[in-house]
Amino acid sequence: MRFKPLLAALALSSGLLTSTQAFSATEIQWWHAHAGNLGEVVNKIAENYNASQSDVVVVPTYKGGYEDTMTAGIAAFRAKQQPHIIQIFDAGAATIINAKGATVPVADLMTDFNIEDYIPGVRYFYADSDDKMIGLPFNSSTPLLYYNKAAFEKAGIAAPPKTWEEFETIAPKLKEAGYIALAQSHSPWIFSENFHSRHNLQMATGNNGYDSTDVKLLYNNDHMKMHWSKVKEWLDAGFYGFYGRAWGDNQDAFVQQEVAMWLGSSGSFGGLTKSAEFEFGTTFLPYWESITKEPTGTFIGGAALFAMAGHDDDEYKAIADFFGYVTSNDNQVFWHKETGYVPITQAAYDSAKKEGYYDSTPDAEIGILQLSLPGGEWTKGYRLGYYVQIRDVMYKHYDDIFSGTATVDEAFAAMEKESNELLVRFNDTYK
Amino acid sequence: MKRVQFEHSTIPYLFVAPQIVIIVVFFLWPAAQAIYQSFLLEDAWGLSSQFVWFRNYKDTIFSESWLQAASFTMVFSALVTFLSLAIALLLAVKANEVIRGASTYKTTLMWAYAIAPPVAGLMGNLMFNPLIGDLYKFFNAIGWDFDHKLDSFDAGFVVVLIAVWKQVSVNFIFFLSGLQGIPKSVNEASMMDCKSSFRRFWTITFPLLAPTTFFLMVINITYAFFETFGIIDTTTRGAPGGATNTLVFKVFQDGFRGADLGGSSAQSVVLMLMVLALTVVQFRFIERKVHY
Repeated sequence: MRFKPLLAALALSSGLLTSTQAFSATEIQWWHAHAGNLGEVVNKIAENYNASQSDVVVVPTYKGGYEDTMTAGIAAFRAKQQPHIIQIFDAGAATIINAKGATVPVADLMTDFNIEDYIPGVRYFYADSDDKMIGLPFNSSTPLLYYNKAAFEKAGIAAPPKTWEEFETIAPKLKEAGYIALAQSHSPWIFSENFHSRHNLQMATGNNGYDSTDVKLLYNNDHMKMHWSKVKEWLDAGFYGFYGRAWGDNQDAFVQQEVAMWLGSSGSFGGLTKSAEFEFGTTFLPYWESITKEPTGTFIGGAALFAMAGHDDDEYKAIADFFGYVTSNDNQVFWHKETGYVPITQAAYDSAKKEGYYDSTPDAEIGILQLSLPGGEWTKGYRLGYYVQIRDVMYKHYDDIFSGTATVDEAFAAMEKESNELLVRFNDTYK
Repeated sequence: MKRVQFEHSTIPYLFVAPQIVIIVVFFLWPAAQAIYQSFLLEDAWGLSSQFVWFRNYKDTIFSESWLQAASFTMVFSALVTFLSLAIALLLAVKANEVIRGASTYKTTLMWAYAIAPPVAGLMGNLMFNPLIGDLYKFFNAIGWDFDHKLDSFDAGFVVVLIAVWKQVSVNFIFFLSGLQGIPKSVNEASMMDCKSSFRRFWTITFPLLAPTTFFLMVINITYAFFETFGIIDTTTRGAPGGATNTLVFKVFQDGFRGADLGGSSAQSVVLMLMVLALTVVQFRFIERKVHY
């Protein structure tokens, strides 16, 4: 490894390690997609781990956004220069898991691995059709409803809506009080994928895509069309604000108190506590009582860590050791508190609870509670190829619904056609 | 005419070698790779691949989203090229006539030249932000129901405005130096023959500017096709509903975000052919009308 002399020199000059230790340490490259505050927390995890033992040195590198990181990993893999660990996001999971030989499953890598240790909502999302975990869930979040308490008080509303039916009764009151009732930041994730999970509806054939790549998307269904007809009605009535596709623009509308409720990520909690100058609360993602009386849990969003293929045994041992550290209680609680992402193991959740973290910040628990809601047949997750493009297709047609250039029926029919063409391409490529 | 024959020497080859190496490494080799990749259906990691002839072309070029991007790219490029040339020419002619404080005018107009497209895009994004954007508020205040997040015309307006604004200063510099290159004697002679400054401009000045205009047109079309990527990426990203998606942005979306290498390569090969055809047309048909 050509970095070793440099590392040794650094170690010597800093006086932290002896040169012999540096030469014997296995270096693990970790490519991730977190900048800013999150990036600092990621660096801190690597620092803490490196300080905790002397056999392995983990080197985290920021590679841009989720897509950039995946593309960098792809380019590196093709040039046989791949990092040991790469962070791949939810929509890209099919790209790495379906390519035979790109990654080494976490379940094979880690000693005394037990999938039951993980909280239900994250357990199978990055697993294969045999429930074997392939990628280690790293930053896991889930969609939540944030609401402005002052706005609710001003409009004379006691509690946030549990169902969309309730939302329809309170939205006019919020409008009267001078607020747009609702905005949300990710139509495919919140109003499509999690819409299906929350109502326990199937979103793709082939067991939501886990069993096969030869699948079809089932978004063109009556429930989805009903929901989107309603969203369009709300938009026209001034109950719903659309500030573009960008996540931040819709969140800003909530922060600036233009909208009273915002659907975002449980991972947004930490940032909101800093930016919002008003008291806000969080609650579960609303559901339609007309569709189900027993709403189920949601999917996770975020990303997972994958061990890339093509490294030697010592390096895999080192990766496994680091993954063990990542999933340890101490690290999970640290990550959860610093970022708002949910702890991925039951044990870590229990420790946070024991510490009394949720007594002081009850809102931080909502995401985990929602992920721990009773699951159904269709709440495990989804595995769909070229899903990055499919999300673009969805965005495109949701724009058309909002602008009125297409009816809900037309938009969903076109979405189904274009998405299924992409799925056929993916199947032909990865079969 | 008798051909002059020089003695063969390897030295000239040595001199052109760096240029040739650069062309081969940075243009020919990647282009060949793209052509090769465009015939393959290959997983992103390069673990398995099949030769599929024109499947990638068929799947991508005939898709509705590609056709939409292609037609927007045409309209967008035509508008950006025409508007940035026309505005720059007008400004250059007027600035050329200014006597007092001429350098201040000129410097102010050249200002935007130093701004990179993504930065221009970010600035535009701020000005058109629905919550804090001044231009967004201004347009709505004067009675235009402006909403570039959902209205495709308004979104097109935003990207054209930013792209033109950024390019005008480049064209301005060239037009101004072109105008200053026209001999004074020609201008003075024409003044004696014709009173109308409007006619003088179109019959004397503009034809003399033709080489500059032609050069700028080639540069501007390339700019509108490729370099506006940074503007699209930082503003609309193709929204609403794919109405402002350009061909280059789509290549990036499918290849770099979506990891569909074959489809993306096929699109870039088609783009390459389109630009090639456009360049041939420009040089064969339009350049003939230009007198140097």
